[in-house]
Amino acid sequence: MIDVANGVIELVSGKVRNKRGPLQMSDALEGLGLESLDVLELIFALEERFNIEIPFNANTQFDFKTVGELVHAVEGLVAKKTASA
Amino acid sequence: MNRVVITGLGTISPIGLSTESYWNALTAGQSGFGPPTIFAAERLNTKVVAEVKGFVPEHHFDARQLGLLDRVSQFAVVAAREAVGQAGLSFREELGERTAAIVGSGIGGQTTQDDAFKRIYGENAVRVHPLIIPRTMPNAPASQISMHFGIKGPTYAVSTACASATHSIGQAFHLVRAGAVTSAVTGGAEAQLTHGTVKAWEAMRILAPDTCRPFSRERKGMVLGEGAAILVLESLDHAAARGADILGEVVGFGMSADAGDLTAPDPSGMVRAMTAALADAALPYDAVDYVNAHGTGTTANDIAETSALYKTFGTHAARLAISSTKSMVGHALGAAGALEAIAAVMAVREATIPPTMNYLGPDPACDLDYVPNEARRRPLHAALSNSFAFGGLNAVLMFRRFDA
Repeated sequence: MIDVANGVIELVSGKVRNKRGPLQMSDALEGLGLESLDVLELIFALEERFNIEIPFNANTQFDFKTVGELVHAVEGLVAKKTASA
Repeated sequence: MNRVVITGLGTISPIGLSTESYWNALTAGQSGFGPPTIFAAERLNTKVVAEVKGFVPEHHFDARQLGLLDRVSQFAVVAAREAVGQAGLSFREELGERTAAIVGSGIGGQTTQDDAFKRIYGENAVRVHPLIIPRTMPNAPASQISMHFGIKGPTYAVSTACASATHSIGQAFHLVRAGAVTSAVTGGAEAQLTHGTVKAWEAMRILAPDTCRPFSRERKGMVLGEGAAILVLESLDHAAARGADILGEVVGFGMSADAGDLTAPDPSGMVRAMTAALADAALPYDAVDYVNAHGTGTTANDIAETSALYKTFGTHAARLAISSTKSMVGHALGAAGALEAIAAVMAVREATIPPTMNYLGPDPACDLDYVPNEARRRPLHAALSNSFAFGGLNAVLMFRRFDA
């Protein structure tokens, strides 16, 4: 799962607009300066990288508060996919 | 400067294939939503769209004509026949050279393009139909209307996504008002419901999984629609001289651009467009009693539009009746502004406000009067019709009840 975590952090880092050194798991996503289209592109990039479906509707609140929560969610989706494969 | 009046209306919508049936359905709060039937949806998540139902192309066109017409142009020409028929105008004589045909479309002949690309990429087709290009081009509806009726004046399409039809009608209004033309056939058409286009919309993650409930709590986004709506505009002098039945008056048009985010709505751009329409009409803001809102049912639009209405109208905002007819016909993109213009014109004419359907209760950030779930009788003096497009492009029309 280290690979998943690294992959998520790499993709999120590419979207960060307020750079302040390396991303931490505890960093709040809201503080990274992501705009609405950044979020859309990030979700798409995560789905493409890990071949998963992230249930996300822009009309509802983004469920993930921190980088760690997003990593955890993606890990869960990847694990679920591996289990069902 | 001419006064500009409306003498014909034509509609192809998910809730009616004529202006009369559309209007009756709007005021009855009928829903045009249902599962997709006209495109392959097995690999899509979209479960609800607003399709035009019961439209049989062969009832309107012969086989030779159909070869030239994508669904979007079929809608446009049939709606124009109704509008021109109601106006009682013929463009075959010199009036044709003094008439404009300005018809918007967001994405043109998508059925033709989607089908062709599926054959080319998916099926390795060796050859494709020779008329894919002229069927697909976004100006096809405008060109087909021009050819169908012999309209030889300024003819073009405006393509500004969700504001295409509103920009089109506004341009036509200004041409007639300035005396550059005597009359205009104008509006918008869209037939976007194809597998490829719906898939692309899904990727934006703004489609509602259930229904469209503008300004309501628990709203989950927009529902895609299709259709066409056409208005015949005419100088008051010309209409009065021939004794035409005048349905309403166009009095103002305002435009603005956000120059900011590609897709996120910006209240200040909306305010500038509404303010420009009021200034163009040279009417005070409290002349307006009804706003047919852009009201897509997305979280972002409805909050931004409510905020913009407060900023434009001040304390008068609370006295406005506001409704989103997208709650019944969905979002027909380049046709939306024309479908909504007709709703606004008819509302003023019939003193009846179509409702915002599927409304569950107020969102704290949307606390104006959205005419929830039931049409309302109320004498109306003037109405705005708002369109706020992706790309940050805003257009607002203002209509007034016609009093001779």
